[in-house]
Amino acid sequence: MSSSSGQAMLKLDAVEAWYGSIQALKGITLEVNEGEIISLIGSNGAGKTTTMKTIHGLMKPKAGRIEYLGRDTAKISTQELVQMGMAQSPEGRRVFPKMTVLENLEMGAFQREDQSEVASDIEDIYEMFPRLRERKEQKAGLMSGGEQQMLAMGRALMARPRLLLLDEPSMGLAPLVIQQIFDIIVEINRKGTTVLLVEQNANVALAISHRAYVLETGTVVLEGTGKELLASDAVRKAYLGE
Amino acid sequence: MSAAQKQVVIDRTGQLFGCFVLLSLFIVAAKDPATFVGQTTIGITNGALLALIALGYTMVYGIIELINFAHADVFMMGSMLGMQLIVSMGVSAQSGVFAKGAIIVVGLVICMVACALINVAIEKIAYKPLRNAPPLAPLITAIGMSFILANLAQKIWGPSQVSVPDLIGNGSIAGVRIKDIVVIMVTAPLLVGLTWFVTNTRQGKAMRATAQDQGAAAIMGIDVNRTISLTFLLGGLLAGASGVLYALVNTTTVWNAGFKNGLFAFTAAVLGGIGNLRGAVIGALLIGLIQAYSAAYVGDRWTDVVIFSILVMVLVFRPTGLLGEQEITRA
Repeated sequence: MSSSSGQAMLKLDAVEAWYGSIQALKGITLEVNEGEIISLIGSNGAGKTTTMKTIHGLMKPKAGRIEYLGRDTAKISTQELVQMGMAQSPEGRRVFPKMTVLENLEMGAFQREDQSEVASDIEDIYEMFPRLRERKEQKAGLMSGGEQQMLAMGRALMARPRLLLLDEPSMGLAPLVIQQIFDIIVEINRKGTTVLLVEQNANVALAISHRAYVLETGTVVLEGTGKELLASDAVRKAYLGE
Repeated sequence: MSAAQKQVVIDRTGQLFGCFVLLSLFIVAAKDPATFVGQTTIGITNGALLALIALGYTMVYGIIELINFAHADVFMMGSMLGMQLIVSMGVSAQSGVFAKGAIIVVGLVICMVACALINVAIEKIAYKPLRNAPPLAPLITAIGMSFILANLAQKIWGPSQVSVPDLIGNGSIAGVRIKDIVVIMVTAPLLVGLTWFVTNTRQGKAMRATAQDQGAAAIMGIDVNRTISLTFLLGGLLAGASGVLYALVNTTTVWNAGFKNGLFAFTAAVLGGIGNLRGAVIGALLIGLIQAYSAAYVGDRWTDVVIFSILVMVLVFRPTGLLGEQEITRA
């Protein structure tokens, strides 16, 4: 319970979460420091998405403690977390299907006070994803998976996040598109946004991560730098199909 | 035959049927234009009153996928409260024009606010605790709330028809009843205002986002609970306005006035495509016109049969309604 490494932007300490009578997280402990890209990797059902939801206040932990920017998040709502600079591109993208690309991006800035700067930020997003500019009047539900992923990330960035949560950005995408998306993640991080990335595609995720945690049935079984984990036999066997 | 081809055949048949109906209307209109114009304005008035109720059904369905059966009784409460206000203030058909006009405006505002509060309270007390329950639970609760409101009204205002002072009278300007003019003058700005609110304001955008994906809306930092409350508030405002107008136009109301009007409004919402605001208004105007025309040309006792046959046909052949959108989500 000590706060020896008080610099951490986000800290999870023995966090447990349940869906009804099923325990999804069995004591997750991890840390994200400012400026890092951190990956959570693991197979289906390991608790990666649940961890994300719990961090973002969409699920309440039953035990343990989550600290964001030095504050216990137990009594902080998702809205406030968004205001405190935590934004998420959720699993399955979840763009607003009947809204246009532009409207979706505007929704990303919903909690911002400085609405006057929204227009110029949308321009920045279009620079980053030229595809979205071409499609700005298109209903989001009619776009391809890759375009929707770009939109979901752009929408999250519209909140001007300090911490960006990305849940399975590679899901269902072609390798070329995945490479594109991950290049942009590195770019976003270089510009100063801390990234917490959840991925099944361990290979790409570890390649860009400063550090990573391997989750298995609700607990952290391994942690290390991206390089260490890429080289680890256990990881190669379990998640890289070798 | 593929499903798409089948839908084309159904749509063509529907269009053919529509043309036939329009043609018959054209013939009867040519025979007796005065009756036709009269029935049309009555139809538009009825439709406008239904539209205000139908919007409440469709908005709530859009956002939490609940058919709020109690909504019709909120409308009835609006008519009862309007009546009570007029009677308590001692305004009658003999009062001066100014007094009548003032009580109509004040009554509308008070009853709209009261119905909005009732609707929000119903959501907080009866539906919110069931947010994560299986869908049948809130549905049955909605029916329960409907009974509670109706019986409450019966307890307070008695089991028989209650008469409402005829403040507007039966005069007409250029062949259009003043009653119809009043209804349109109140309804049109409300509909325009609602559309503007939902498309342009921050809260309106939050409503649309929540309707499309509640989880994603929460992630954007939208207060989903507040947005749902707001939806009930808006629905209540419109139902309140509709209730007062209903009482004024019919100069009578009753504790179970919500039942049939609610069913008609619900039919309108389904006809237009439930969840679709524009659809609800168009559906309501159609139902209003059908009601008026069938009363004049088919026979009053057939009105319900005609309307509910249409409901059944829509549900069978075009379940998404006239303007209902096909799902456009893509993995």
